[in-house]
Amino acid sequence: MTDPLSQVFAALADPTRRDMVARLADGDATLSELAESYDVSLQAVAKHLKVLEGAGLVSRTKQAQRRPVHLEAEVFDLMTRWIERYRRQAQERFTRLDAVLASMEAEASQAGTDQDDKEEAS
Amino acid sequence: MSTDRSTDRSTEQPNPGQAHLQPHEEWHPSPADHVSVAVVKADDRVPAVHIWRDVHATPQQVMRAHTDPELFARWIGPHDLTTEIDVWECRTLGSYRYVQRRGEESYAFRGTFPYVGDDRIVQTFCYEEWPQAIALETMTFTAMGDGRTRIHGVSLCDSFESRDAFLASGMETGVNEGYEKLDRLLSDGGTH
Repeated sequence: MTDPLSQVFAALADPTRRDMVARLADGDATLSELAESYDVSLQAVAKHLKVLEGAGLVSRTKQAQRRPVHLEAEVFDLMTRWIERYRRQAQERFTRLDAVLASMEAEASQAGTDQDDKEEAS
Repeated sequence: MSTDRSTDRSTEQPNPGQAHLQPHEEWHPSPADHVSVAVVKADDRVPAVHIWRDVHATPQQVMRAHTDPELFARWIGPHDLTTEIDVWECRTLGSYRYVQRRGEESYAFRGTFPYVGDDRIVQTFCYEEWPQAIALETMTFTAMGDGRTRIHGVSLCDSFESRDAFLASGMETGVNEGYEKLDRLLSDGGTH
């Protein structure tokens, strides 16, 4: 699994990395600022960042002393768009289910009416 | 982890970074919510996708729309594919297989129904072209007491990568571009 998509999935497969991405969605943060949030070593956070960088999800400016980590929103948006598409497809399916349920209801009330007619006739 | 963060912040709100660590897998729409538009949530804890949607029908009617093959084929979609039911034993310990076609293209799905109850269906879901990525799906139908039934579906995958590929591909709905994407994703960067 070496293509960019797989790397994105693998990068986001870890709960800490998912959380780091969520945190960076609020704004850039330095390595030490990120590390404050997690009960793991600075080295472990740096390793997570490397994975996220490798997947193209985050970037770090080279020149500044602080080297803040920046979320590459475009890549992340891709994931969000997929989830939204999945949701939309589900919604379309449920709308078709609504129609089937409505037709079942109509058949049932039709059957009920037939039953009433029979009862009245008898 | 000590940093330059000052210590007089203890009375303030908790570290905003911590807020993201609060597990929210317990979250679900409340009974008061009218879920007229499908809600999709990726589980944080396990590689699962949750879907909620309310319909105006009884749980029994929703159950029938899922278990009756003729009714099921009418709504499963997508709308531009025809669904042909090949095997349909929608009962506890039963199995199923259906094929969806669009012109020359066809997509086959199969699985088992480990449990079919009064208001719950548990099924395995497998796209025949990619059988190693099996999913376990549970659909639960709950009466809301006002004529609505809440459908809650959980699709559990075997890894977070599979789950995300599943989300990204729209695999469940058999969308062609989704499969192409999925094929590309799973063929070690192969070209399609």
